[in-house]
Amino acid sequence: MTLPAAPTADQPRPGVADGPPRASGAAGSAGRPKRRPAGRARPSWSRTLLLVLCSLTVLLPFYVTVSMAFKTPSQAVDGEAFSLPSPWSVEGFVAAWELTEFPRAFGISLGITVVAVVGTIVLSAMASYAISRNWHRRLYRWSFFYLLAAMFLPFPVLALSQVKLTGMVGLANPAGVALLHIMFQLSFSTLLFTAFLRSLPEELEESARMDGASTWGTFWRIVFPLMAPMSATVGIFAVLKAWNDFMMPSMIIEDPTQQTLPVLQNIFQEQFSNDYHVAFASYLMAMAPAILAYVLAQRWVMSGLTQGAVK
Amino acid sequence: MTTTVEKPRTGSVPSGAARTGPARARRRPRGDRTHLLFLLPAVALFTLCITLPAAVGIFYSFTDSIGFGEFDFVGLNNYQVLFSDPGILHAYGFTLGFSLCTVLVVNVVALALALGLTSAIRARTALRTIFVVPMVVSQIIIAYVFQFVFTNPLPALAQTLGIGPLEQSILVNPDLAWISIVLVTAWQAIPQAMLIYTAGLLTVPKDLYEASSIDGATPRRQLTTITLPLISGFVLINMIVGFKDFLGAYDIIVGLTDGGPGTATRSITMAIFSGFQNGDYAYQMANATIFFLITLTIALVQLRLTRGKARV
Repeated sequence: MTLPAAPTADQPRPGVADGPPRASGAAGSAGRPKRRPAGRARPSWSRTLLLVLCSLTVLLPFYVTVSMAFKTPSQAVDGEAFSLPSPWSVEGFVAAWELTEFPRAFGISLGITVVAVVGTIVLSAMASYAISRNWHRRLYRWSFFYLLAAMFLPFPVLALSQVKLTGMVGLANPAGVALLHIMFQLSFSTLLFTAFLRSLPEELEESARMDGASTWGTFWRIVFPLMAPMSATVGIFAVLKAWNDFMMPSMIIEDPTQQTLPVLQNIFQEQFSNDYHVAFASYLMAMAPAILAYVLAQRWVMSGLTQGAVK
Repeated sequence: MTTTVEKPRTGSVPSGAARTGPARARRRPRGDRTHLLFLLPAVALFTLCITLPAAVGIFYSFTDSIGFGEFDFVGLNNYQVLFSDPGILHAYGFTLGFSLCTVLVVNVVALALALGLTSAIRARTALRTIFVVPMVVSQIIIAYVFQFVFTNPLPALAQTLGIGPLEQSILVNPDLAWISIVLVTAWQAIPQAMLIYTAGLLTVPKDLYEASSIDGATPRRQLTTITLPLISGFVLINMIVGFKDFLGAYDIIVGLTDGGPGTATRSITMAIFSGFQNGDYAYQMANATIFFLITLTIALVQLRLTRGKARV
């Protein structure tokens, strides 16, 4: 199905129909927003001001979180959200650190995230490579659509049976959660990877093969490194999903002492009660890594979404 | 990553890959064993972790299992009861209404922000960075932050301003609690829609604006006659993808109201998960199956509509 002069959705990617293959989709769309599409070239201060005011609605909850977290117990008790802490105190952090046993929960969350990210990238990169280089074979083509089908199977649909099955095979623990994260990411990642591999010239692989490299070696030494931009995009989405998720770990992990950070916030709601400074310090410690990861990997977040949208 | 944008036109990937098909088939007619090895782990694990549970779920939905022990087949009984269960119907009604409201709010705000961010402004990158942050924080944690804001400072503010109905937290008001869920869900979902709209707006050729402004078109007119028609595909994607995501709402509701007051804000997902509590295991499996059929229908509509769009 070629799309001659397709409108809207196809325009950002001239490569779809018959143009030159995209060398690096990620870098391309990340750089693009810097262009000015509107007619006027001179920056408008009034519009900037308006957007800055809008951004306050985004920043306000974070301001509340930070200011509450640094308050002393006596100051936090009055529930005044918008006052600055005076004096600044780290008592909340100390209390939250001990109450929720933060280091252990952090380690579990981190472990799940690392396994989920590595697993997602490796499994879907390998599968995508096999699929894109064997598209003419029915087995591979059907496998592609089979993997995509998970998009219609969100966790709530599968939860009841997955909880039962993970319990039966001894995976009602962080390992099971990491595995399920990989599986739920597979559709989206395979989609992005196959599209990316299509734009990768096969000549490179051919020449490596001539030099005697095996398929295995060709993939890991030539193709996989070239997939790095897309792996970054796939990876950052896997990080955000695995780190932030509440629903799946809360259902799958049986032992509360093995729970992830978001679930702990739920478990400790009652103990937090009116110790708002403890609660918010705990929230802040759980949120900060995700925000940090986003700030460091911003361009991959943007390009991943844009790529997904135009496909 | 069910929250991220899914691909509306599966057709384009295959079409590209298929182009190289015949040539490759000639060169390497026999299968490469290693490729099979590459594909196998993903497909095998996927079958065990996704397909098998789905089959098990559908199977149990025709039984009276309570989650363990013996069970009997009851045919379509679970489904029949489901359609006359006021609790379930309320959960569906609430979730559908909430999703529709949220989709509208998200798309209007996201489009406005995207228009602002793609127009000529200062500090574009910094502003975009800030606007995207809600997308990357944990839903349940941000819901707890908002729960605090709705419970403490907002009623206090309403009291000083003398706004009667808001002096009590809206979270404990059965008629208003849903508004807080719409607001927080929208707050969290806007960045994704905004980034997609930003990408969409950049596909509109710049000279169209120049030509029309020479002809004397006002910015408002340019928006309705140039921008909106040209990004209609993106509007559609955002609407459908958003709607599908919101139907599965759980984390934010747990953090804000936990389905309350009473069961006023209980979503479909919360109803399904209650299958562990009241011996409703098989019953909620039937509910999950219905929910799956709804998701599937929306996905198929999405595929169909967006494909049609690309051919216009």
